Amino acid sequence: MKARTGKMPAVALAVLIFFLGASLMEVCAIADDAGQVIKITAKRYEYNPDTITVKKGVPVVLEFTSLDRLHGFNCPGLGIRTDIAPGKVATLRFVPQKAGTFPFHCDNFCGSGHEGMTGTIIVTE
Amino acid sequence: MKINRRDFLKLAGYGSAIFVSGLAGPGRWAGAADGDGFLFVQMSDTHWGFSNPAVNPDSTGTLRKAIAAVNDLNPQPDFIMFTGDLTHTTDDEKERRKRMTEFRDIAGGLKVKKLNYMPGEHDASLDEGAAFKDIFGLTHYSFDHKGVHFIVLDNVSDPTGSIGDEQLQWLAADLKKQDKEVRIVVFTHRPLFDLAPDWDWHTRDGAKALDLLMPYAHVTVFYGHIHQENHRTTGHIAHHSARGLMYPLPAPYSVPKKMPVPWDPAQPYKGLGFRSVDAKARKAAYDLTEYGVKGEKR
Repeated sequence: MKARTGKMPAVALAVLIFFLGASLMEVCAIADDAGQVIKITAKRYEYNPDTITVKKGVPVVLEFTSLDRLHGFNCPGLGIRTDIAPGKVATLRFVPQKAGTFPFHCDNFCGSGHEGMTGTIIVTE
Repeated sequence: MKINRRDFLKLAGYGSAIFVSGLAGPGRWAGAADGDGFLFVQMSDTHWGFSNPAVNPDSTGTLRKAIAAVNDLNPQPDFIMFTGDLTHTTDDEKERRKRMTEFRDIAGGLKVKKLNYMPGEHDASLDEGAAFKDIFGLTHYSFDHKGVHFIVLDNVSDPTGSIGDEQLQWLAADLKKQDKEVRIVVFTHRPLFDLAPDWDWHTRDGAKALDLLMPYAHVTVFYGHIHQENHRTTGHIAHHSARGLMYPLPAPYSVPKKMPVPWDPAQPYKGLGFRSVDAKARKAAYDLTEYGVKGEKR
């Protein structure tokens, strides 16, 4: 049997391009939403902000900057951690999979107030 | 096989002396041809400079009492090993050095003059061990004593709680010179294994050190940091943490937030103490005896 190799009508092609373009734009919009960027500074012995609210299922980007020395960020409940070294931005990307309140703490010994350097991530439904 | 304190006490039957084997099974160990067993004492987490009467109202007297108790031991140990956090941390470098100097002077009151030190994160993490090195010397080293090879590993001067590649290379080179059957004792501040990582009770690259130690048949690790006894094994390597001499900490993950256990006026110095380790001649084994601050057997 001979396969049909007829040309796609110009109108159909235009419609296809339109919808493809629309879809691509939609993806880009989601990507922008996905990049819910939250900037956090760390210094002896606090994070700012120390309470971070995010939404379940929505991708998050945390950007950390140290204002003094090496700190850490460890949120065991969400399974995320990073070192926060002075002079560079530490980035964590994650998608919260469960709602709740998740404490985090500094896990690089930073001084007399180290044990109190803590914060909370709140994941809403 | 995991062995907790209860299991040990069951094995021991009763009393405070605990028989601890560094072996997974029968074996021999090399290097004890001279045949003498010996005692050493582990003192840990003295946190000199700590001040909180609700946690320890005798913060300046506890260490001195423990030293008096060690001085009363008969027989006397061959040496004392301080497994870190000699001082409580301070952000003031001058104060840090003052605390270390005071600690060294107080420890000088021990009858035993062979004193071995290593830092904890409170001593060394803020200046990468600079003050400690000036006052006490090296932060990692090895020595031999009556047929046992002792290795002191520093897993605190790096504030990430790591040993680091350079020191791991040193460890590999040090081990390479040892017979696989020699009895090895390792001292660290933090546990080398993941006891409770979310409480900072681990060493990030501790597994690398354990990998290097695994080919050796008779390895035992003594550590501090967690301010309580804990007995575990990883493979054939036994790990024993010591009580502290300033404040106890709760059992791993037993409470939501790690905090010093408050002082109990009904049981002063509860949870504090030191241990003696009897390295038996011609046996790949140790008897651990736990003492309270005033020398009472636990």
